[in-house]
Amino acid sequence: VGVIASRRPVYSALSLLLVLGALAVDYLLLAAQFIAVLQVIVYAGAIVVLFVFIIMLLHARSGEGPRLGAVLPASLVVFLGGLCASGLLSVLAGVKDEWPPVAPGYGTVQQVGRALFGRYLLPFEAASVVLLIGMIGAVALGKRLAPAGEPSAAPGEEAGGGGGLG
Amino acid sequence: VIVPAAYHLGLGAVLFTLGIVGVLVRRSALVVFMSVELMLNAVNLTLVTFSRVRGTVDGQILVFFVLVVAAAEVVIGLAIIVQIFRTRETVDIDDVDLLRG
Repeated sequence: VGVIASRRPVYSALSLLLVLGALAVDYLLLAAQFIAVLQVIVYAGAIVVLFVFIIMLLHARSGEGPRLGAVLPASLVVFLGGLCASGLLSVLAGVKDEWPPVAPGYGTVQQVGRALFGRYLLPFEAASVVLLIGMIGAVALGKRLAPAGEPSAAPGEEAGGGGGLG
Repeated sequence: VIVPAAYHLGLGAVLFTLGIVGVLVRRSALVVFMSVELMLNAVNLTLVTFSRVRGTVDGQILVFFVLVVAAAEVVIGLAIIVQIFRTRETVDIDDVDLLRG
């Protein structure tokens, strides 16, 4: 809630960090160790840092925090929230709680990597190409107007590539 | 500790709703981006949950690709935001109406 409710984006970023860390723990509960580690490294380590860096960069120049946007009427919010909650409950009531016995080594780096480089080799290569294009695009965008090229895209991209290699 | 699958799915749905509300309500482009990240994470949580329910790793592979695309998207989006701020001196997405003519 703090991500969208706080007035200053620094607090939003820190709330986002909290949410991402909690999600990593949740992945651990779901026996997905590899995804949990990836979540911590990529999101908490790279993306949030990138957000905070950009916030600092923009605020150092603007000095004026973005204000809270047009607030919807409260009745509409409550109505939509109730609608979503009722639909959610009706859907979730049908979900059975069956957990298959977790296979030994399920969700570990070995198994995920075996699937990644076996059946999913082509999408994996495509993902690396996407990262490369993203890196090139970020550098091009960063250097287009400013002669002193903004290297802000480098940390997130490095961590993304590292996750790709993991 | 066994948490029912419905709790994970409900958490994912709540996070996704929060992300949608953030995209629709906030006007700062940075916060809108964070809300998009929130939605991506909600989808990831749902994928991991169903992957666990089915006992396969396919959902986790998909989560991996979502992470990759999210990283690239954040980098590009933040670069665009920095460029917009340099030219327009604002990050308010309601002020960016250059194509309106």
